[in-house]
Amino acid sequence: MIAVTIPYWGQSLLRVLGGTLAVLLPAGTIVYLFLFKMMSFMQSRLGPMEAGPYGSMQLFAEVGKWLQKEDLYPEQADKRIFKMAPLLVLVSTFLLVAVMPWGPDAYFTNFDAGVFYMLAVSSISTLGILIAGWSSASKYSLLGGLRAAGQLIAYELPMILAVVGVVIQAGTMNLQQIVWQQNSEQAAIFGWNGLGNPYLLTQFIGFVIFMIAVQAELTQTPFDMPIAESELVSGYMTEYSGFRFLIFFIAEFAAVGVFSLIAATLFLGGWGIPFSWFGWESTVPGSFTDVANWMNVVGPIILFTKMIVLSFIVIWVRFSYPRLREDQLQRFAWKVLIPISLINIMLTAIFKVMF
Amino acid sequence: MTDLVDRKKLNYIAAQAADARVNVELETGGMTLNIGPQHPATHGTLRIIVRLDGEQVVWAEPSAGYMHRGYEKLTEVRTYPQITTLINRIDWLGSFANEVPFILAAEKLMDIEAPPRAQWIRTLLFELSRIANISLFLGDLGAQMGAVTPVFYAFRDREHVLNLIESATGGRFHPNFDRIGGLKEDLPAGFIDETHSVMRRLRNFCDEVEDLLFGNIVFQTRTRGVGVIPKEVAVQYGLSGANLRASGVDWDLRRDQRLPLSYDKVDFKVWTHPDGDSFARCWVRLQETREATKIVDQLLDGLPAGPIMAKVPRIIKVPEGEAWVSTENPLGEMGYYVVSKGALGPFRVKIRSASFNNISVTPWVLRGVYVPDIVTVLASLYFILGDIDR
Repeated sequence: MIAVTIPYWGQSLLRVLGGTLAVLLPAGTIVYLFLFKMMSFMQSRLGPMEAGPYGSMQLFAEVGKWLQKEDLYPEQADKRIFKMAPLLVLVSTFLLVAVMPWGPDAYFTNFDAGVFYMLAVSSISTLGILIAGWSSASKYSLLGGLRAAGQLIAYELPMILAVVGVVIQAGTMNLQQIVWQQNSEQAAIFGWNGLGNPYLLTQFIGFVIFMIAVQAELTQTPFDMPIAESELVSGYMTEYSGFRFLIFFIAEFAAVGVFSLIAATLFLGGWGIPFSWFGWESTVPGSFTDVANWMNVVGPIILFTKMIVLSFIVIWVRFSYPRLREDQLQRFAWKVLIPISLINIMLTAIFKVMF
Repeated sequence: MTDLVDRKKLNYIAAQAADARVNVELETGGMTLNIGPQHPATHGTLRIIVRLDGEQVVWAEPSAGYMHRGYEKLTEVRTYPQITTLINRIDWLGSFANEVPFILAAEKLMDIEAPPRAQWIRTLLFELSRIANISLFLGDLGAQMGAVTPVFYAFRDREHVLNLIESATGGRFHPNFDRIGGLKEDLPAGFIDETHSVMRRLRNFCDEVEDLLFGNIVFQTRTRGVGVIPKEVAVQYGLSGANLRASGVDWDLRRDQRLPLSYDKVDFKVWTHPDGDSFARCWVRLQETREATKIVDQLLDGLPAGPIMAKVPRIIKVPEGEAWVSTENPLGEMGYYVVSKGALGPFRVKIRSASFNNISVTPWVLRGVYVPDIVTVLASLYFILGDIDR
């Protein structure tokens, strides 16, 4: 270990740079790998091939294109709010990434109400979308914004309830400790600890509900009524162009990445691999004293891999399904998802007390 | 007693007035949404004005004419052979099918009939353009509901049909191949084997679409019971083609009419559906595509030998008279009413195109549906803009 003392401003700068990287890198990877390439292969075409080898520079070309465009806004628009909206949407993903643990010592912040904070700041984007729809002074935007408000609030609930199952099982709201609970020596499914205890297995219902709610929260098909390009043109972002549209675009795919990170941390064991595989004995809950230091480097890669797998599922569903109607979506949330997640919480609590 | 009744009435009036005041103050009266002329769902320049209460449509009105090209008038200053070039731009996805009824009407007036081989090839190309047209519909259906993938499958497989049409006629979209008295040329070498394999491919495509879309629960919840057109209404509004058959009316001009086309030589089933909703319309079209591939296969197997052109004078002059011929085009019944005064060109042509009548039902069927259903209902009614505004 090289002992270096970094001054406080340096630490802050590193955190900001790290956070930016943690938001933009997944977003870029998802856009290139899934939106450009995987989608094209699914649709029997090649996708972008010209910009760079296999079109790998396409994303930069697109960003360059958007940055050059004129910054248009409707005459009737509430201009201050109109300009603020995309930033508000993007900010929520940055705030989310702040509590993500990446390794035993690699985290931006580590505090005990992590899950609570995460669920709270994830709804800031709803606000951004609503004001984007409202301030555009366009009927399509208005419809899109209102649909988004209704939908995101409806699906916030099953998402929170699905996470409650995890919190009950882990007995903590600290994300770092949730990772520990899934990977440590003591983590076991009915006494068998070959795989640790990824909550994917023991909280499977919760995981499925969480992923469905995430799909809706990200407004991806089959829940993409707020955008609904065939009926509402582009929903709440109809009137946006140039770099404001670019921010919406980045925010959309950064959110896919960040929500996949959250799902990976809550259900797939986060940055960890079962500690028993390497003989790390971390017996004190939440302490990683025995975990090797190289996990600070390998951990982020493991988490990134899990994130890619989960966002693959999100994008796969997006390109295979038609979209639901607004009332059908609400009915699905309130009459199917919420009751099931309540039952899930009940069962989790019973098992928790029994074992 | 009267006092009580009066008080009730007064209360009622007061409540109504309060409601009205709230509506005026908060402007909850509804919203007029202008869908089109530039809108992704109208694939062209159809404009639909809808009055919304929340997301529910209370009133809808299609407004056609943004792409009117005046074909009926233009035909009056052109000779008969020139007209096929124009009219094949009416329904641009099934162009060859547009030429056939007009040529048949002219032949009827001149009292000539194309030789058998020409009739068979006409029917063959007619069905190929039906497949090219409806296969795109099947893909586009998904796009209107947010499923992007089927569109690309549709474009991929339609390409093969277009290649066939191109190899036979020289034009992918606008063949201009039909002549009074027969056809321009014979089929190219290797056409028959190629067509058989493409038809197999198209049948696979139909299975794929059935898997991807029609079996999808989201698709079914979006289309079943939405935009129901009962039998009587469908007949009253003059719907035709798959839209009519989906409402349970067993009416197909290919089977019910004797024309110099080879439909009586092949064996095919006319599919109907009792429901009359969006799903029924889509399903009937899917079955029709399958049926059309079978018709093509049968036509290829029984293709007679012989000339492809009847004896026709070098300068075509159509004798005086009037004729009406309509055929079962991909979009529905398409007919031409040709009035001739014995000149080189017609005196007047009335074109009856299917989509114009098909979208005339929208004010009736869109009332009470939600905004997303406008798109699915329009997609399932299936119109081509050129077919609405001739």
